[in-house]
Amino acid sequence: MTDILFLAEILVAVLLVIGAVFTLVGSYGLVKLDQPMKRLHAPTKASTLGVGSLLLASIVHAFAFGEGSLHELLVMAFLFVTAPISGNFIAKVHLHLQRGGKELPPPPSEERWATYSEH
Amino acid sequence: MSRRLTRKLLPHPMLSTLLVVVWCLLINDLTLGTVVFGAILGILIPISTAAYWPDRPRITHPWRLISYAMVVIWDILVANVQVAMIVLFKPNAAMSPNWVVIPLDLRTPEAITLLAGTITLTPGTVSTDLSADGRALLVHALDAPDPEAVRDEIKTRYERRLKEIFE
Repeated sequence: MTDILFLAEILVAVLLVIGAVFTLVGSYGLVKLDQPMKRLHAPTKASTLGVGSLLLASIVHAFAFGEGSLHELLVMAFLFVTAPISGNFIAKVHLHLQRGGKELPPPPSEERWATYSEH
Repeated sequence: MSRRLTRKLLPHPMLSTLLVVVWCLLINDLTLGTVVFGAILGILIPISTAAYWPDRPRITHPWRLISYAMVVIWDILVANVQVAMIVLFKPNAAMSPNWVVIPLDLRTPEAITLLAGTITLTPGTVSTDLSADGRALLVHALDAPDPEAVRDEIKTRYERRLKEIFE
């Protein structure tokens, strides 16, 4: 029994370190990258694998040392659903600041990109 | 007649089921009282929000959603490591950030939303905009010397699978 607890402890520690490393890389990317659109890539990374790994550690810890709880799955699900939306909003703000989007490739059809569309 | 009544009372059966499951997870136990209250929420919330979501999505192969989720989770893991390497070891000047235009074969809003979300979640690509007629997606890639390759990968890996699920 103690062996299993020991293994669980190691697993929790490894998951915590992985999560921390990816969160750190995400924050470092925010500082290092030099264009607004490139910066957007760093936080999407931190929120998927970084937070996902930390939550996995929390699940393992809860089931091994206390009462198991699946709240973390909900946190992960809500995060995965909302992260792309906020990312898309920040990207749209960037497009609005470009005023016209000359640097963008045009869509294949005659229409424009929705952000610059009049209606 | 009865079909229209069910349609009115249960506009989104999938959403109702999801709400019951989420409610049980929030309360964190599985007793009759929780399920009944979850069911009440699962009926009331879809009815009160039906005006904002008028069409019912057609999911022809719901089980393929699971294999799709597995593929996406695996890709998130792999791409995370790749992007971490780019961020840590590649100088800014050596990166080639690029805009990628993805012409869409998907037509339903639910499928396009799922594709755009997948693109943003897999690191290295962020979906930015949709064309005004909804037939192309604008994606920003962090380091893509060859935008056509990114476009082809997204089309064959994700869009083909979503097309199988939704059409």
